[in-house]
Amino acid sequence: MSDPNDETAAAARARRGRNVALAVALFAFVAIIFVVTIVKLSGNVPAH
Amino acid sequence: MTTPVQPAVLLPREAARWQDYVSLLKPRVMSLVVFTALTGMVCAGAGAMNPILAAVAVLCIAAGAGGSAALNMAYDADIDALMRRTRHRAIPAGRVQAADALALGIVLSLFSVGIMGLAVGWLAAGLLAFTILFYAVVYTLWLKRRTPQNIVIGGLAGALPPAVGWAAASGHAPLNAWLLVAIVFFWTPPHFWALSLYTSGDYAQAGVPMMPVVRGAASTRRQILAYTLVLAPLGLTPAFTGLGGPIYLAVAAVGGLALVALAARLALSHAGDPAPPLPTDRREGLYDVRIAARPARDLFAGSLFYLFGLFAALLVEHTPLMAWLGQGR
Repeated sequence: MSDPNDETAAAARARRGRNVALAVALFAFVAIIFVVTIVKLSGNVPAH
Repeated sequence: MTTPVQPAVLLPREAARWQDYVSLLKPRVMSLVVFTALTGMVCAGAGAMNPILAAVAVLCIAAGAGGSAALNMAYDADIDALMRRTRHRAIPAGRVQAADALALGIVLSLFSVGIMGLAVGWLAAGLLAFTILFYAVVYTLWLKRRTPQNIVIGGLAGALPPAVGWAAASGHAPLNAWLLVAIVFFWTPPHFWALSLYTSGDYAQAGVPMMPVVRGAASTRRQILAYTLVLAPLGLTPAFTGLGGPIYLAVAAVGGLALVALAARLALSHAGDPAPPLPTDRREGLYDVRIAARPARDLFAGSLFYLFGLFAALLVEHTPLMAWLGQGR
């Protein structure tokens, strides 16, 4: 492991970018599961 | 055999940016996969599909293609480090660890197949899983370093997306879906062998037995012509099975003739034959090549236009706009 105090500004920017990208990917995944669930459930609701 | 290279040791490590992880997914290849899969979906009647599920299906196909590309990059990092075209990729350049690429590939592959199965259907998910496994295991692990038929057999992985898309939209994969698969399958050898004719030095250095390295340039040029002579008439067949209409027929006929002409010109040329090295200040790119290699470059580029033209014609003919125009007549 490298010492976090040695991290350069460029490395910090890169790490922040990776974290943001991961957060976006996780949020997108949750959103997809939610929307697909709603679509699949609504397809099984009988029309009254 | 290739000499294993430990790029992370040879090269200074830079901090990986998120764009490096995106590059592991081979976005340009992914865009072609999505395009052919989308065409399969539209031809199968994706208009009747829930638009959200259709979008999820496209996303799963893109993620599956990206996952298999990441698995390929993780395994091939040693030979990528030896080739000019690939040595600046994220793993051989030392920006991303191969283990991280492997993890990304596995996660994307599993989630793309799982979500495709749960949201769209298990036939599409099964075909997607087969495509990923075929590319990662049969092509990357088994064929690529062993036989000059690597891209012929391995090309099946790149050819399957139209069938995956078709199955996603309709729940089945009829003959017309497999016709599209066959077209991409027979398109692959002329396309990649044309490229390898002017990059064979790289492949030889990395120990990858591409056709020009093993059988020589003259044999490769003849085989390219043979595959093109099969491809051009095969490209016409969707016009006679009810899949393609007049636009498709015109594109397939004109494009097929142009492709055969380019392949014949290449067969008569000396592209790929041994040539003196370039001056040290001059480097060849994908399209900026020496004069003798231009017939190979032109076929490489022309085959891309041909495939794009065929699938774009199918897309246009199967869009609601065309159906509406047809009703108006």
